[in-house]
Amino acid sequence: MQTSTVFLVLIALTFVSFIAGRKRSHKVAMAMGEGGMSLLHSLPKHYGYMAGLWAALPALLLLVLWVGFEPRVIHKLVVEELPVAVQQLPHSELGLYYNQIVSYASGSSDADLLDQAQVSAADHYLELKSTSGVMKALLVALVAVIGGVLAVQRVTPALRARNHVESICKWILFACSFIAVLITLGIVLSVLFEALRFFQTIPLTDFLFGLQWSPQMAIRIDQVAASGSFGFVPLLVGTLLISMVAMVIAVPVGLMSAIYLSEYASRRFRAVTKPVLEILAGVPTVVYGFFAALTVAPFIRNLGESLGLTVASESALAAGIVMGIMIIPFVMSLSDDIINAVPDTMREASLGMGATMNETIRKVLIPAALPGIVGGILLAVSRAIGETMIVVMAAGLSAKLTANPLEAVTTITVQIVTLLVGDQEFDSPKTLAAFALGLVLFFVTLLLNVVALYVVRKYREQYE
Amino acid sequence: MSNQDSYKNTEVIQASLKKRYAREKRFQWYGRLAVLTGFAFLFILLFDIVSKGYPAFTQQYIQLSVDFDADRLGVEPGASSEALYQADYLGVVKASLRQMFPEASGRQEKRQLYRLISIGAEYQLRDYVIDNPQVIGKTQDIWLMAHSEAGAYLKGQVTREIPETDRRVKDTQMQWLDSLAQQGRTESRFNTLFFSTGDSREPELAGIKAALYGSFFTLLVTFLLAFPIGVFAAVYLEEFAPRNRLTDLIEININNLAAVPSIVFGLLGLAVFINFFELPRSAPLVGGIVLSLMTLPTIIITSRAAIQSVSPSIRQAALGVGASPLQTVFHHVLPVAMPGILTGSIIGMAQALGESAPLLMIGMVAFIMDVPGGVTDPATVLPVQIFLWADSPERGFMEKTSAAIMVLMGFLIVMNALAIYLRKRFELK
Amino acid sequence: MNSIAVTAEGVGDSSAVGNREALDIHDHADVSGYETIGWPFVDDPKMSARNVNVYYGDKQAIHNVSLDIGKNEVIAMIGPSGCGKSTFLRTFNRMNDIIPGCRMEGNIHLDQEDVYHGGQDTVMLRARVGMVFQKPNPFPKSIYENVAYGARIHGLAHTKADLDEIVEKSLRRASLFEEVKDLLDQPGTGLSGGQQQRLCIARAIAVSPEVILMDEPCSALDPIATARIEELIDELKERYTIAIVTHSMQQAARVSQRTAYFHLGKLIEVGPTKQVFTMPRHELTENYITGRFG
Repeated sequence: MQTSTVFLVLIALTFVSFIAGRKRSHKVAMAMGEGGMSLLHSLPKHYGYMAGLWAALPALLLLVLWVGFEPRVIHKLVVEELPVAVQQLPHSELGLYYNQIVSYASGSSDADLLDQAQVSAADHYLELKSTSGVMKALLVALVAVIGGVLAVQRVTPALRARNHVESICKWILFACSFIAVLITLGIVLSVLFEALRFFQTIPLTDFLFGLQWSPQMAIRIDQVAASGSFGFVPLLVGTLLISMVAMVIAVPVGLMSAIYLSEYASRRFRAVTKPVLEILAGVPTVVYGFFAALTVAPFIRNLGESLGLTVASESALAAGIVMGIMIIPFVMSLSDDIINAVPDTMREASLGMGATMNETIRKVLIPAALPGIVGGILLAVSRAIGETMIVVMAAGLSAKLTANPLEAVTTITVQIVTLLVGDQEFDSPKTLAAFALGLVLFFVTLLLNVVALYVVRKYREQYE
Repeated sequence: MSNQDSYKNTEVIQASLKKRYAREKRFQWYGRLAVLTGFAFLFILLFDIVSKGYPAFTQQYIQLSVDFDADRLGVEPGASSEALYQADYLGVVKASLRQMFPEASGRQEKRQLYRLISIGAEYQLRDYVIDNPQVIGKTQDIWLMAHSEAGAYLKGQVTREIPETDRRVKDTQMQWLDSLAQQGRTESRFNTLFFSTGDSREPELAGIKAALYGSFFTLLVTFLLAFPIGVFAAVYLEEFAPRNRLTDLIEININNLAAVPSIVFGLLGLAVFINFFELPRSAPLVGGIVLSLMTLPTIIITSRAAIQSVSPSIRQAALGVGASPLQTVFHHVLPVAMPGILTGSIIGMAQALGESAPLLMIGMVAFIMDVPGGVTDPATVLPVQIFLWADSPERGFMEKTSAAIMVLMGFLIVMNALAIYLRKRFELK
Repeated sequence: MNSIAVTAEGVGDSSAVGNREALDIHDHADVSGYETIGWPFVDDPKMSARNVNVYYGDKQAIHNVSLDIGKNEVIAMIGPSGCGKSTFLRTFNRMNDIIPGCRMEGNIHLDQEDVYHGGQDTVMLRARVGMVFQKPNPFPKSIYENVAYGARIHGLAHTKADLDEIVEKSLRRASLFEEVKDLLDQPGTGLSGGQQQRLCIARAIAVSPEVILMDEPCSALDPIATARIEELIDELKERYTIAIVTHSMQQAARVSQRTAYFHLGKLIEVGPTKQVFTMPRHELTENYITGRFG
């Protein structure tokens, strides 16, 4: 049975429970005789809510779990019935084999691609699927009914239904906020788990200190290609190179704009200018990527050529400049916040001695705001390191260990994308390497953020 | 004596004033320059996109007199729809081209001649004939879509100044197109196809409808998940959370998640939803889930700010008349905070709409021609469509890419304008 | 009556100054029928204010105030909070210029030189007319750098030895040197409140100003620190002309030679301190002095 149908049935059962709970509360109240309604602890609708929640929540949980695990369980069951020879295929080939079964069973491919075992497995698959559908529907309905009936039976005038409902609601609210923790846990576990599998084949030291990155591995055993090398250093250097170019653009422009707008510009000019510059922050990164690859990169290459320089068509400079443009508003609003956090008494003290505004800014405000500004720049660097689309579209693919921004370099994020996009076997070191890179990326950005937020918070506390 | 000090100082300061004021002026100019640089970047970016993209909104058509010869079509007059469906329309197009330009000889030249018309013309004619079977055996003037390269010449994007080897439209093709133009047999129309088809290998046939639907379904999933969860989480943290370690842990997590690179969410989606739960690849369902995890921190943080800004007197009033804390929040606090929450959510949705990196991870980079009909169909989204087209070498696709960017930015502008409008109204209260 | 209107703009932006227009005080109805009692003028003024009006946007904060500050005297400005005494004080070194929307009419002279005149620039003015603020506001720098700041920006010292001398002299005059001579490289923010305020005084006198404006310099300090500052003011008046705003009548009585009483932006009464406190001539002054409001 379709999940959506089951869901609708569940909604209906919930509603029925609500009505039943409310009715029952009326009945028990009437049984108390005249004025029984006032003896009820809660309003009738609260008894209804309680019954409804009891019917809905456990069943909904069951439904979600069922839907989540169904494909996995069916996969396992189908594979168990396959011929032994097939079961002993390497994981990736088995996966392909299984996918063919599924796509045939769901009617999106023809039988002539399959062998006999697959056709019968497809029947088995469909059979399991329909059993599962029926069981899902029955079990969910059963749980809902049991929950509803139990709740309705508990209705007595003394039952504190409102408190009961409210505590359930609070638990739901708590669960929603706890999801944030689960997401982090999910990220760490999923990335860590795959990364550990990667480090079983490639030693950690090779990864961290290797100077060569060429993840091309032999696809067939008879190919001579090397086993691929997974040295992370060139990626790190490339990432930092591009981020540095970005900072060289974003920090002066962002910081000076913030200073000008907060200390010099008239209120009207500021009110118009700030939102306009913030448009830069709202432009999707894929647009920046397109701009970098098709406009800025050729422009820089032509410019370089006219100056007699050799510039790669996917130079780090182009990607970095565009990334810098993207980060300008980020740096601007952070610096703005931080400079405004310097108390006005500092400005007055300096101006009151006859300092000009720029002397005040350069000698008092910026030194006073320096920790905050450094924190802000760290946040911006973390942004730049994690940025993906611009570099995927405008940076190179080959890992070159260079500090020359005119050459093409590759970055961590570019490699994650190239390793994972397209049809990949999930178990090769090549794919797993992407997760190792993801792990590094996650922890580097996390570290930068934690440090930066700490610095900024300390800075703010100083003036509070 | 102080007065002597003062007098001496006055002279020193007087002497330095000019220099210091010059420095002040210079510093102000650096500031202006910085602001101007920002403006210039924005202007160049937008100008570049618009100037590249606007030609994509027009499509060139060429009028051919098509001879619907039954023999050439390979059908009997009065044939069934199925038979007409199978007929050889390409041959008919080619024949009429040959007829109009008999001077084209040799394989090379003929192939160039055929490349004036889009291969989509075949389907255009097929639909036309099926609708009007009576044309079989007659000759009729019909407007057919120009090939994207020919279109580029007609739009004036490719000119004779470019050396012939550097362009795909050759001199002979240019002559034919010129003569068609002289006969009034070329025309430029608004490109409705761009909004009504999915992706295609041919630039002139490619459209964004599939990607728009994909974006819609993905955002729908994102909103349905992220909005309630985000608001509930914000309510919990603002109104009910006790001050303890667990709450601190949750808050730290939310702040850190807001700074996690989007691609890492893609890895999470790939490992958990695709590989572990075996949810379908390339589906808006998974894309929406991943994006909702990403937007959740934004929604929680902005919702908390909105809830915080609700005056405590409202809470006290509600609690004072005997409402429970939960009723207070849901009946009184949330309605007041709602514009602020919606503002934050719209901004979060706008981010999700522009996001593409995590979707690459979960396979939403497929070549999608068909419009998805639900959240589990294979689909792509608008930014990813832009990414795919940006990679295509044909100049026609560059135009389409920019046009798709314009559409995407249009949506983002509308969403942000809505958010700003809501915020303004909120502030007025 | 000629006067200059000044629109508040960024400091050092001299283009904003010099927008001359006629002043007509009769436009402001509430000014009529009010006249300062006492002796606002002295024979040899260091600074003098004539017909000063200050506005914050549409709101008028100072109504037609004229007052002289004599050479090497300490003049105290008292009055209930919100009476405009701080605003008036800040007109003497044009600190109101940095407040957006603040506008001033009338003229102020420093040694016969028009302070709001187009040619006059704020840098010079503020070097000559220093200021000490309500809350001690040392920069988050070392004690040495705090005091050296003015000399550095104005280029008053050519060698390190010059600078050392200026720092030491200023700290001595602010009677802070003995306490901090071993801590010169420590941050100024680490000192106690009273020490911080003396550091700010040292910072102000390091550029050898002629006039020091003090805006409630003791309001954030404890009584002992206050007493030290008051002693210091007494010493400083040998060299400098001082105008002090205070909300403490006792302080005004202790440190000043003349006292000006402000009420709702108007200068009600001026006179020798002793006389104002013992024989106030205006009812409002008397009410304030006797503590009927404050």
